[in-house]
Amino acid sequence: MKNNEKIIANIGTELDLDWVLMTQANTSAIERRANNIGNRRSIKKQYQAAWLLKAITLIDLTTLSGDDTEKRVHRLCAKGKQPISKLLVDELGIQTLKIQVGAICVYHEMVKTAVNALKNTTIPVAAVSTGFPAGLSPLNLRIKEIKESVKIGASEIDIVISRRHVLNGNWSALYEEVKLFKQACGNAHMKAILATGDLGTLRNVARASLVCMMAGADFIKTSTGKENINSTLPVTLTMLRQIRDFHERTGYHVGYKPAGGISKAKDALTYLSLIKDELGDQWLNPDLFRFGASSLLGDIERQLDHFNTGQYSANFRHGMG
Amino acid sequence: MIMTLNEIFNNMDWGTAPENNKIALSWIKEQDSTFNHFIGGEFVKAKNHFKTKNPANNQFLANIAVGSKSDVNLAVNSALKAQKKWIQIGCHGRSRYLYAIARLLQKHSRLFAVLETIDNGKPIRESRDIDIPLAIRHFYYHAGAAQLMKDNLPGYEAIGVCGQIIPWNFPLLMLAWKIAPAIAMGNTVVLKPAEYTSLTAMLFAQICIEANIPKGVINIVTGDGVTGSLITNHKLIDKIAFTGSTEVGRIIRSQTAGTGKSLTLELGGKSPYIVFDDADVDSAIEGLVDSIWLNQGQVCCAGSRLLVHETISDQFYKKLKKRMKKLRIGDPLDKSIDMGAIVDPKQLSSISKLIKRNSHEGNFFQPNNKIPSKGCYFPPTLITEMEPSATLMQEEIFGPVLVSTTFRTPNEAIALANNTKYGLAASIWTENINLALDLAPKIQCGVVWINSVNQFDAAAGFGGRRESGFGREGGSEGLLAYVKPKIKTYPLKPQRRFEKNKPKLNSYDDLDKTLKLYIGGRQVRPDSGYSNPIYGPKGLITHVADGNRKDIRNAVEAAHKASAWGRSPGHLKAQILYYLAENLEKRSLEFTENIMSTTGTKKELIKKEIETSISRLFSYAAWADKFDGSVHDVPIRGVTLAMNEPIGVVGAICPEEFPLLGFISIAAPLIATGNRSVIIPSASYPNIALNFYEILETSDVPAGVLNIITGFEDDLVKTLSEHHDVAALWYFGAGKNSGKIEKLSSNSVKRTWVNNNQGRDWLSNGEGKEFLRNATDIKNIWIPYGE
Repeated sequence: MKNNEKIIANIGTELDLDWVLMTQANTSAIERRANNIGNRRSIKKQYQAAWLLKAITLIDLTTLSGDDTEKRVHRLCAKGKQPISKLLVDELGIQTLKIQVGAICVYHEMVKTAVNALKNTTIPVAAVSTGFPAGLSPLNLRIKEIKESVKIGASEIDIVISRRHVLNGNWSALYEEVKLFKQACGNAHMKAILATGDLGTLRNVARASLVCMMAGADFIKTSTGKENINSTLPVTLTMLRQIRDFHERTGYHVGYKPAGGISKAKDALTYLSLIKDELGDQWLNPDLFRFGASSLLGDIERQLDHFNTGQYSANFRHGMG
Repeated sequence: MIMTLNEIFNNMDWGTAPENNKIALSWIKEQDSTFNHFIGGEFVKAKNHFKTKNPANNQFLANIAVGSKSDVNLAVNSALKAQKKWIQIGCHGRSRYLYAIARLLQKHSRLFAVLETIDNGKPIRESRDIDIPLAIRHFYYHAGAAQLMKDNLPGYEAIGVCGQIIPWNFPLLMLAWKIAPAIAMGNTVVLKPAEYTSLTAMLFAQICIEANIPKGVINIVTGDGVTGSLITNHKLIDKIAFTGSTEVGRIIRSQTAGTGKSLTLELGGKSPYIVFDDADVDSAIEGLVDSIWLNQGQVCCAGSRLLVHETISDQFYKKLKKRMKKLRIGDPLDKSIDMGAIVDPKQLSSISKLIKRNSHEGNFFQPNNKIPSKGCYFPPTLITEMEPSATLMQEEIFGPVLVSTTFRTPNEAIALANNTKYGLAASIWTENINLALDLAPKIQCGVVWINSVNQFDAAAGFGGRRESGFGREGGSEGLLAYVKPKIKTYPLKPQRRFEKNKPKLNSYDDLDKTLKLYIGGRQVRPDSGYSNPIYGPKGLITHVADGNRKDIRNAVEAAHKASAWGRSPGHLKAQILYYLAENLEKRSLEFTENIMSTTGTKKELIKKEIETSISRLFSYAAWADKFDGSVHDVPIRGVTLAMNEPIGVVGAICPEEFPLLGFISIAAPLIATGNRSVIIPSASYPNIALNFYEILETSDVPAGVLNIITGFEDDLVKTLSEHHDVAALWYFGAGKNSGKIEKLSSNSVKRTWVNNNQGRDWLSNGEGKEFLRNATDIKNIWIPYGE
């Protein structure tokens, strides 16, 4: 059954170092759970189709490339508004679901284009910010960058943390930094990117997750997509458990966004299974969960096509994003 | 009702993901839904059959044959007939057959998995991802064990015909654990699957035919406990291997006592699951799902006793309950469920009754999860705030019920962990490696999982202590359960005893020597106040104390006090053993005279006895820091240490012959491996061993490590056998007490090593690994790592 508990936005807490330092993450045990979730939960037939439709609504359809152009962003937004073909929507009988992606995620320079393209829709524009992806530009500029993006219409800001604060164990510096970012975001939702591939250990991932939530993050997000290792199931499990702990202790709901490397429909189902088992149904909605992905949508379209016709599909049958 | 995409989109239910059982059901139909015994390579029609059902829906599956006396006879005889040839085929030849079985199991793996699930009720995920792959792995591993037998076990040979009785909780996996090592080592087998779950064994029999396994090497007779006891009591069977309840294990120990059959038992458990405050709590909770809720808790090594650090217990229980609410219980064939059906209505009712009667012992919690209305289901259950004395903290439930209490310190955790009659497994959760590795050896059990649980692999040994049984399955240690050393033995005859021909040997000028008992490092008068005369060929030599059951009790207590010996380094043990040799050599003249006047043996032979004794002490001094276990190659990122641990307090009855060498041959390996022993010296010439206690005193042997009790062997043996705090008993006497020891040891499920009234040449055949292995239990400690 759907949990209808009201989502309580995170306004942050004091930095509780005792809590942070008590937090442990045992890599082998976490891997064991992460590696068998896919075999423990199997979503089939119409359930699989419905879950994949849900997955589409959870995608932050993303382009973060040096060669992004206005036209490219336009095309992406068009796909975001209509992620699956009208024909398929009709045949599946899901017109009322009004399937659209969770957000369009772009660099600051593309925000205006995206906002314009998505006028008259409810799809938010997310901007990566704060010197993305390394986060090493001057602090005042990083804060300014957030404000600029918000000013031109980004309603979600994906910030990157200073990895060095984690690696140096300087939790108060991390806390202060993220808090400043959150203030700069104002009403825009802040997703804190941990760049987990840079953090060295799952214990660091767990502790950094907590500190970001204490500093007021609305979402915690794994990666920029630019690190060597992006979202993995063990990292996901580690972060989800911190979100759960934070919710249990503070009552606040913090969202989760895995990013990078999730390109198969089957992977998406595994992630959703893990979310459902570890956090609950409430997190299976765009307010609390997003996939940061660019090629995932294509695979989901093919799977839905297959569900509809019983025949394996091909890429060329589906409009590009 | 079929949900629409819109509905599912909104409620995001799991739905169902049923595994198709069509092929499995039609396989059963192809056999006319009736199965017969597999004997001598073919299916032999049985007279009577019973019905086996699917516990998930109570539907009839098939008729299973009831093994009668003549069926069992036929099976045993065909196994007997096949054995010689099976050995002649050679290591490589046997290896090829085991390999063929492994390959065929793999080819039919899904059919095995589905059959297992419909017969047993376990989730298809488990049979598909755990049971069947582990069974296949077992045959691969043992194909290798067969190939390498000559290199790895020189001086050992097959035992003969093995009777194997397996439980219903992991039907095919237990079959693999039994059959693979047995046939790899050159034995032939008669296996009886559990009454509730015979189907995968029947499919396995077909695979044996496909693999062209020589007729009679593998025989499978189905049936209930009656058929089982026909096997355990069969005269032509050389070895019994049993996995099942402690209750039945005791009966089998008792039935096989004195028959010369070797025996290994893998019995019940109440394994501790210890969580410290610095553990990864979420992972520890998930571990419980893989532990007490694996296979509906019907797992002998399930972490059924949760011990939580007091500082985190409230938070831990809260999280655990939340996790329990997420467990999905239902159709075992559904790929998305966590718990399936209990194996049989009888088992369900035994769990229900035990819980109903005793749930008031603590805070009872069952989540409100959906459970099918039909079939054998029991919800996951947690009972906290339990006192260690509570029934449910002591008794094995064998269901999805977790009981829990808290501890304050590591020492208290150890004490609680060991406060059980069982000793199978333990799981320890802490991020502190010092703590984990300190605890692992201190818990009385055969398997320890650090920050993990229920890890199994063919390369690692599995088995218990105390009332969880003895013997190991898997790994190099598991092979030892299916081989015997090739040594020459001969029927024992009592030694010459001298009559009271002369009142006193010594002249009255000699001071009378008083030989007492040796307990806790002190010479102690016997509780009885009586002494017995010892006569040599020339008359009375001395008196020795007439020890009784109270002296045994005191000696066992003293031995327990010396537990530090078990943890002392090998180097120290070696030094003391060398020192014993040194001091014995100093007094060799005196010993020569004493032995001569006591036994009348020729001087030449006595000289040899003393030289060999000294050399033997050197051997065990050498072994003391070299019998050091191994690291098993298991498929995890981590290490699995197979540690040789002292068994604990061991009773030992020396051979009658060679009063000095016999005593040294028994005492030295026990000392070298860290055991504390209570030794009954040669029945006819006990004074020689008593002469040795002065050497013990001058050689820095700590008090209590070695205790010597003289007296009437039959009485002392009874007390030792029945003593619950004596972990093992060795018997080399000539008093025909082997059967008695085995029988009386059944209550405490003691590990015994008896001579069955067969003697050995102690000069040439009285030392080495055989002794060390019998003096140690192997503990497998699984240590996953990775950051």
